[in-house]
Amino acid sequence: MGIEVNGKVLETDEEGYLANLNEWTPEVATAMAKEEDVDLTENHWEVINFLREYYEEYQIAPAVRVLTKAIGKKLGPDKGNSKYLYELFPYGPGKQACKYAGLPKPTGCV
Amino acid sequence: MSDIKKFMYVNRKAPYGTIYAWESLEVVLIGAAFEQDVSLAFVDDGVYQLCKGQDTTGLGIKNFSATYRALGDYDVSKLYVEKESLEARGLTLDDLMPLTYEDADDDYAEKDSIRVVSSQEMAELFEQSDVLFNF
Repeated sequence: MGIEVNGKVLETDEEGYLANLNEWTPEVATAMAKEEDVDLTENHWEVINFLREYYEEYQIAPAVRVLTKAIGKKLGPDKGNSKYLYELFPYGPGKQACKYAGLPKPTGCV
Repeated sequence: MSDIKKFMYVNRKAPYGTIYAWESLEVVLIGAAFEQDVSLAFVDDGVYQLCKGQDTTGLGIKNFSATYRALGDYDVSKLYVEKESLEARGLTLDDLMPLTYEDADDDYAEKDSIRVVSSQEMAELFEQSDVLFNF
């Protein structure tokens, strides 16, 4: 499988996660979202960028519970709750947002 | 949640060269979602897992030492390091990464996760655990 971005096909795994983390650009997220009929808003980008920063620092994609708590700490309680995050990413804030962010599936996520 | 068990993950091997250290860390992170009482023990060469300044560029594999810093976020706050294992390798607490967690029962004060214990104390901790995982 792969995803086409700017005329170049990037390798993905069988679930659509980017095979090579370093190939990520914001266009990758936009292309992945488009395939799932999602328009990325500023609120989506906030979460995507947060996940990339978290991965950069800790070398893992956080579990949903940890993500929710950390978002709340950084962006405030109105965003650090599962209702808000699931509205943005209905397939699961961990799974879907990590995919758009070019990260592997969160550890412990089935 | 009822029936909380005491889980102890025992880490005995150096971080790279075998998959044990990384596998253990992944299992801990997955297990943390089940809200059990989780402790980690570092004995023998396992103490090297927590050393500062790890650099895996020459090995061509991922440096996952940063991930230990995420344990606090996962409410894993008890990391026991055996004193004798440190001493036998010429290491002290200062050679280990500072790892902290926020204590929800104490107004989220930042506290140290690493506790150096003697092998006698470590044996008692093993004794008090319901489940031991050896890596």
